[in-house]
Amino acid sequence: MFKYLKQLTSLVAMVAVLFTFTTESMAAKKSKTLKNTQKKGFVRCGVSQGLPGFSNADAAGNWTGVDVDVCRAVAAAVLGDANKVKFTPLSAKERFTALTSGEIDILSRNTTWTLSRDADIGLTFVGVNFYDGQGFMVRKSSGITSTGQFKDGISACTNIGTTTELNMRDFFNSKGIKYEPVAFEKADEVVAAYDAGRCDTYTTDKSGLAAQRTKMKNPDEHIVLPETISKEPLGPVVRQGDSVWEDIVRWSLNTMIEAEEYGITSANADMMKTSDNPAIKRLVGAEGELGAAFGLDNDWSLRIIKQVGNYGESYKRNIADTGILPDRGPNQLWTKGGILYVPPAR
Amino acid sequence: MNLKLKDIVPQLITVIAVVLIFGFFTYNAQINMENRGIDFGYGFLSQESSFDVQFSLIEYDGSHSYFRAYLVGLLNTILVSVIGIIIATILGVIVGVARLSPNYLINKFAAFYVEFFRNIPLLLQIFFWYFAALRALPLPQDAEAIFGVFFLTIKGLYVPAFIWQNFSIFFYTLVAAVIAIIVIRIHAKKVQENQGKQIPVFFISLGLIFIFPLLSFLIGGVKLSFEVPVLKQLATTSFIYEGGVSLPPELIALTLSLSLYTATFIAECVRAGIQGVGKGQKEAAASIGLTPNQVLKLVIMPQALRIIIPPTTNQYLNLTKNSSLAAAIAYPDLVLVFAGTALMQTGKAIEIVSITMFTYLTLSISISILMNWYNKKIAIQEK
Repeated sequence: MFKYLKQLTSLVAMVAVLFTFTTESMAAKKSKTLKNTQKKGFVRCGVSQGLPGFSNADAAGNWTGVDVDVCRAVAAAVLGDANKVKFTPLSAKERFTALTSGEIDILSRNTTWTLSRDADIGLTFVGVNFYDGQGFMVRKSSGITSTGQFKDGISACTNIGTTTELNMRDFFNSKGIKYEPVAFEKADEVVAAYDAGRCDTYTTDKSGLAAQRTKMKNPDEHIVLPETISKEPLGPVVRQGDSVWEDIVRWSLNTMIEAEEYGITSANADMMKTSDNPAIKRLVGAEGELGAAFGLDNDWSLRIIKQVGNYGESYKRNIADTGILPDRGPNQLWTKGGILYVPPAR
Repeated sequence: MNLKLKDIVPQLITVIAVVLIFGFFTYNAQINMENRGIDFGYGFLSQESSFDVQFSLIEYDGSHSYFRAYLVGLLNTILVSVIGIIIATILGVIVGVARLSPNYLINKFAAFYVEFFRNIPLLLQIFFWYFAALRALPLPQDAEAIFGVFFLTIKGLYVPAFIWQNFSIFFYTLVAAVIAIIVIRIHAKKVQENQGKQIPVFFISLGLIFIFPLLSFLIGGVKLSFEVPVLKQLATTSFIYEGGVSLPPELIALTLSLSLYTATFIAECVRAGIQGVGKGQKEAAASIGLTPNQVLKLVIMPQALRIIIPPTTNQYLNLTKNSSLAAAIAYPDLVLVFAGTALMQTGKAIEIVSITMFTYLTLSISISILMNWYNKKIAIQEK
């Protein structure tokens, strides 16, 4: 009798240990950042101090832009409401410190993905939401139509703390042109100084040039030169060390792009539940258990599509319809001649 | 013995508490950085910086190290501080004295200047001088020459460059002149103390400082020519000046705003100092037959300086620290170059911010030590 009891207790103990192990691993799946976000009830998102089309606040303090939509997508997936985002405007200089110190949980601020940033400073890039390249803006009246016409002594206005500063040096050095870099901390001051005539050219990512042009006194007086001098894949960034959170942000972005690929929009998402295509059904949560992989329910992706829309909708709303860059260029789906290509959600 | 212990224990506890708090934060920072995969170290200082700086006093480009970039920023900070302190002092003394002028117009104008400039935030003033004044300046191709050789444009102030031959000879004659002046001053003081005779030291000094270098031109083979800036076309509507020396508008705007702002405070220190000297002193000095100039130089100023120096030291420190606002208008000072660009490119936030803080601390303490030494020198020598 006692013999059995002994065996029974050890069995119970073993089961108990196993059970704690399974619950423990489930809890571990729920990342610290995810837990904190759900506890707080909002996603903490770092954005720019005002870049039309990417992240820009209107007079009422409502943020819009493709970078903003990434954070909204995460909020929709994690909290069920795309509006539960707290935006923190950051200068180029402040952005990484704000992320690594834990002040924000996602940095979605037209940030270029480079090796040293990814590997060195405690950051992880989760994907690309805008393929860009550095260009130059000049006054139309200058008669310059190509960077080949740049001459020694040219002064170039730009931002500090960006890859722009480094590319600019590489570019002018390779052409053997002596130049005067005039670097400001904030984008608004760069625009003001260039607009006043302090610099002959203004250089930054081409999307930025197109967006900032709308802020000039007379936008028609300026043109963006055709040359692109660098690769600037811009994308959201998270802190290193929380792979579940990293996955959530990555797949929130991927969902938006894949939804466009399959023609799922904010308007038709609900109807797509009865689609014949299993890939579409998975994306709208009618098939599979994809959300469980990072501790979310199965409607997470449906909420993203319904509340924020697919990538094409976001681009159209923020960048095309506002006249910043009506042509999607490389930021078109791979099926339509662009380079947007994301791994399948399955 | 008991009393001693009572004195020591609270101090000991305070020291231990401070050490523990610092220790806790250092430990915490270490743990957090380790968790996030951030390395700590100053090795990056020898790496290639690969960014250019607009304006540098030493030879620098992106192929130099981050340490060199740090020096560039530091020298630019020192440059703007030194120029700012000199202009602010001159302007402050003039305005301070003007506020005590019996002339109604001068008096009120000085008062208006002080109240106006010290009550507007410095950052706004910097923006004003940079953006408002900048827009008002002409483009290089429209600029009128000042005295035929200076060009003030939106891209900066272009001045002729000096081209020297045998500069060292000129320099030595200048040094010789200064030494001669010092010797004459000492001699003049002795003569006055012994015989009561006054030698016109000022005019002799003025003569020496002109004659010595002049001789170097006539017989020393020193030659000076000027390289006047010339307009160069970059594109249809884009011009710059080539040759000569160009002072960037960022430097001009920053120096101007820092000096105008700090001068108001120095003016108040000067006014307080002069008013702090008893009226009787002035009257007594006048009654023994000193000229008004002598009264100011021998009686009022030595006493006023003792009141003026300590608060003015604060203003010098403020000006130096305020120069870090340069980042707003693209003047490449320590904060913009090192705590800005270099920090961003390396991501070494803690290292770079600590170096920057330590640098400002060293700068400020150096100014303090210098001013304290001067203050001690002019203090009342108790016998």
